[in-house]
Amino acid sequence: MTVLSLARRSLWNRRSTAALVVFSVALSVALLLGVERLRTEARESFANTLSGVDLIVGARSGPINLLLYSVFRLGDPVSNVSWESYQKLAAHPQVDWVVPLSLGDSLRGFPVIGTTTDYFEHYRYGRGEPLRLAQGERFDDVFDAVLGASVARRLGYGLGDSIVLAHGTGQVSLTQHDDKPFTVVGILAPTGTPVDNSVHISLQGMEAVHVDWRGGAPIPGLSIGADRVRNMDLTPDAVTAVLVGLTSRRAVFQVQRQINTDRSEAMMAILPGLTLQQLWDLMRVGENALLAVSALVLLVALTVMLTALLTGLNERRREMALLRALGARPWQIFALIIGESLLLSLLGAVLGVLLLQGLALGAAGWISGQLGLTISLWPPTLHELKILAALLAGGILVGLWPAWRAYRNALADGMTIRM
Amino acid sequence: MNAVSAAERAPVLDLQQVSFRWRRDLPPVLTIPAFQVAAGERVFLAGPSGAGKSTLLALIAGIAIPQTGDVQVLGRSLPGLGAAARDRFRADHLGVIFQMFNLLPYLPVLDNVMLPCRFSPARRQQAVARDGSQEAQARRLLGALGLQADAMLRRPVTELSVGQQQRVAAARALMGAPDLVIADEPTSALDADRRLEFVELLAQECDASGAALLFVSHDLSLAPRFQRQVSLAEINAALPEGSV
Ligand SMILES: Nc1ncnc2c1ncn2[C@@H]1O[C@H](COP(=O)(O)OP(=O)(O)OP(=O)(O)O)[C@@H](O)[C@H]1O
Ligand SMILES: [Mg+2]
Repeated sequence: MTVLSLARRSLWNRRSTAALVVFSVALSVALLLGVERLRTEARESFANTLSGVDLIVGARSGPINLLLYSVFRLGDPVSNVSWESYQKLAAHPQVDWVVPLSLGDSLRGFPVIGTTTDYFEHYRYGRGEPLRLAQGERFDDVFDAVLGASVARRLGYGLGDSIVLAHGTGQVSLTQHDDKPFTVVGILAPTGTPVDNSVHISLQGMEAVHVDWRGGAPIPGLSIGADRVRNMDLTPDAVTAVLVGLTSRRAVFQVQRQINTDRSEAMMAILPGLTLQQLWDLMRVGENALLAVSALVLLVALTVMLTALLTGLNERRREMALLRALGARPWQIFALIIGESLLLSLLGAVLGVLLLQGLALGAAGWISGQLGLTISLWPPTLHELKILAALLAGGILVGLWPAWRAYRNALADGMTIRM
Repeated sequence: MNAVSAAERAPVLDLQQVSFRWRRDLPPVLTIPAFQVAAGERVFLAGPSGAGKSTLLALIAGIAIPQTGDVQVLGRSLPGLGAAARDRFRADHLGVIFQMFNLLPYLPVLDNVMLPCRFSPARRQQAVARDGSQEAQARRLLGALGLQADAMLRRPVTELSVGQQQRVAAARALMGAPDLVIADEPTSALDADRRLEFVELLAQECDASGAALLFVSHDLSLAPRFQRQVSLAEINAALPEGSV
């Protein structure tokens, strides 16, 4: 159409300003969509920190507290689950498997987990992905350790290295278990979950470093060497938490109720997915703040466009008068400006999407390595399409005012070309 | 032309009892009991600055509408037409030349000349009927006005001299054989030699395409080149501004 092709050429004539406007719109679109995508991706991957586990059982406290120390290895458990209860749980007819977790020690700030090799069998993350060993094998000996990917990378440990665990979970540990060093026998592949930050040893290993301890301190004068300890009974008295898989998911609430109401010991069972969701909801404020900032950036970009359109209007006043004299209708003048703002926002949107796409392609490896997030941008979600539609609507809205002014000028200027 | 038909003798422009004010709180700029331009006639309209010459052209173009009275172009009453119909009528029948900045800076010379055909299918058809294509007509008119070098026609219009730009504007006004060309001081940006040359060429081409010409200027030295000379003060009964 006549007006559209004129609009295009007029815009091309002012391409440097137009390019700046398009670029600022594109940047804000990329930012908004990027934040949006990261947000949903992060929420999803967070909800999938642990999957395939039906129940987590621990001493009775708050569900989020239990989740924090059992899955994220944050904070301290208030109490333990006795070995008897653990065995009872394992023998429960509807329980398929159990994985015990024993916490409390650390390796230079990284949490140490005493567990069984079933851990490697049953622990799932993401969409049901199992843990994979990048190097070496699972622990077998009492003093074997398997490191999470980040632990190995950050501390620079490799297979065969000797490590000394510390008692307690602080960064500055007071007491080292230096009489009983462990050997790194395996390193896990990155998962983007707290597993990456964990050191895994056997329950027996955990028990072994504590045989000559009582009440959180070494027993004075009693020191049992690593060799002697191997011949002792290393069955623990208690574990910190238990991951439970059921024979049938349908039994989950029934088993949960049974555990919660067990009179022999004050225990609690939680559904990890549900509790992860609750925990995420606690962080919603930050999430919303992020979104608000990117929405503001979009607003700034639209303001830049409005400024450019209004400034351009003065330069283009004679262009408008000329077109009027040639027979252009006032609505065509109106359409010229609206069309321009629409075109600018459309170009900005397309460029923004491409920009983000390129960025995602370039950074995909890094993001999945660092954050364990898989960012795929195509196809855009309905929500993202809505954002883009809102941008175009904003573009039209922003064009309305200058278009109206151009229309008024076209009517009021008469035949005189005003500068 | 010796065989002048009755239809051609009917005025191309006819103003009756026209009164116009830009704003309600201002006195009328124009009060014109009667003013005509015959078909094919070339009229020189003079008047001091601020007298209302441009305003009169706006009324003739249908861009402004008189509060009272009638403006007829080719027998059609402009105030009686709807706004959209007026715009179409202007596109179909009028050629306009401004004092300066006549050209769209983002279009090359040829596209600028062909602009009227974008807004008027009738003018497009006329151009094709007469010269075979729009571009052929544009080239013919530009050639007649002394702009034939092909390289020049493809250059951005902003690289042309002011005199060349005005000739391009004249070619555009004549594109598609409008019935009336109105020119608002098209020579004021030119030096004296160029002025005469421009007026000669414009008059000649209006003759050739049969368009009437209403030429506004306060340069009285150009007046003898026209068939009729009118001073706005003669036809305008409104008191000039500042005279009260
Ligand atoms: N678009 C407009 N809105 C309001 N007033 C206007 C407008 N155009 C012109 N006028 C007023 O109408 C009067 C006549 O102006 P006009 O431009 O018609 O004069 P002119 O004869 O063309 O002058 P010049 O020779 O300087 O071009 C002036 O007082 C001017 O202020
Ligand atoms: Mg004027």
